[in-house]
Amino acid sequence: MITIIDYKSGNLRSISNGFKKLNCDVEITDDVEKIANAKHLVLPGVGAFGTAMKNIEPFKDVIYEHVEEDKPFLGICLGQQVLMSSSEETENVKGLDLFKGDVKLLPPGRKIPHMGWNKLHVINQDNPILKGIDGEFFYFVHSYHVVPDDEEIIAATCDYGFDVVAALSRNNLFSTQFHPEKSGKPGLKILKNFINLEVK
Amino acid sequence: MLTKRIIPCLDCDLQVPEGRVVKGVEFKEIKYAGNPVDLATRYYEEGADEIVILDITASYERRGTMVDVIKRLTENVFIPICVGGGIRKVEDYIKMLKAGADKCSTNTAAIKNPELLTEASKVVGSQAVVIGIDAKRRYVDNPSDAPDKNVIETDKGYCWFDCSIYGGREFTGIDAIDWAQKCQDLGAGEVLLTSMDGDGTKEGYDLELTKAINDAVDIPVIASGGVGEPKDILDAFTVSDASAALAASIFHFNEYPIAEVKHYLKENGVNVRL
Repeated sequence: MITIIDYKSGNLRSISNGFKKLNCDVEITDDVEKIANAKHLVLPGVGAFGTAMKNIEPFKDVIYEHVEEDKPFLGICLGQQVLMSSSEETENVKGLDLFKGDVKLLPPGRKIPHMGWNKLHVINQDNPILKGIDGEFFYFVHSYHVVPDDEEIIAATCDYGFDVVAALSRNNLFSTQFHPEKSGKPGLKILKNFINLEVK
Repeated sequence: MLTKRIIPCLDCDLQVPEGRVVKGVEFKEIKYAGNPVDLATRYYEEGADEIVILDITASYERRGTMVDVIKRLTENVFIPICVGGGIRKVEDYIKMLKAGADKCSTNTAAIKNPELLTEASKVVGSQAVVIGIDAKRRYVDNPSDAPDKNVIETDKGYCWFDCSIYGGREFTGIDAIDWAQKCQDLGAGEVLLTSMDGDGTKEGYDLELTKAINDAVDIPVIASGGVGEPKDILDAFTVSDASAALAASIFHFNEYPIAEVKHYLKENGVNVRL
């Protein structure tokens, strides 16, 4: 069972469809107790950082516990950005701070948002969630990008005039800037890899 | 590197239960290309980068049908979906996004009420707010004949671009370049740019229009209207530097399969997803 946190942000149906296509049971919920009992937790998200953080507030503690217990967690797009310490998008609002670092506006000179399919450069081929993925295209749509303090947690990048951080990982905590649920078969492969992560 | 996107467009008549894809927007010689769910699934399998689905009847009472189509379609199609036609309120964006769509395109409603773009972008994010611009050339003898317009020099003489609404049935006199910039400021995240001169002609996109709008905004521009062969798509990317190219009939009747078009583009130096 995959548990998707419903915090009134984003396209929950698409991510749910992705898992269902893989014959996986999915629950979309805002019930704190259900989230607390989840084995695999997904935090999707589109929209603005500040609003998202406000809506995540009731679920913060259970998210921290889940990550603390090293159970599989996947943040997608804005769901990656809110894992960071802070964001230029909403300066006076703190992020979940599960990954240290800032979220910054993409530099000028190219079209913003960075919208479309970009080739993924996987940094560590052994990363369980990016297994068998290197060189595939994924769908990105974002105006802000994450800049982690510790480069060791960068799992993948893509080229948009500079190396945009495309995925982060530490233990069983994963996040992607791109949308696996909108990235065709390679995207579904990532969801499959996530399902296959063992719960300790 | 970011790839150029190929976007099949499904013009849908939603007056039958499952909807049906209509060839072209001219109603003179109606041809049906199949139902939208089947066609979208086929394009997904064939390598489309995104799908635009337009309710050409733009009828408010058919909203439910469109929601159903999107719901069924996104169970098997895992690429971005943009919905257009009849999007008038922020609630319409929310409804379509909840059904599984990723973006909504508006034209008439945004011209009538530009605030809609700002409100929608605050609620669903700019990435989901596409501005549809249907532009027609207005030729002038001299740039000074249209002092308040952005007049450009083309092969066929000086012209500016007039925004049309209600699917090309009415013209506003609004300069398309100014309007595109304004929409960006209001919160739109992408421009779906259709040439009314090119639409249905198969003579190629209006490259001068596409380049002018693309140069004027920082958000991505989708070229639309007039594609007849793969070379036209190549030109949209190499001459106008559009971010994406939209086409309908050349894909519906398999004149040019998507994969074939993409291989052709790649051979000609355009970065595409294969």
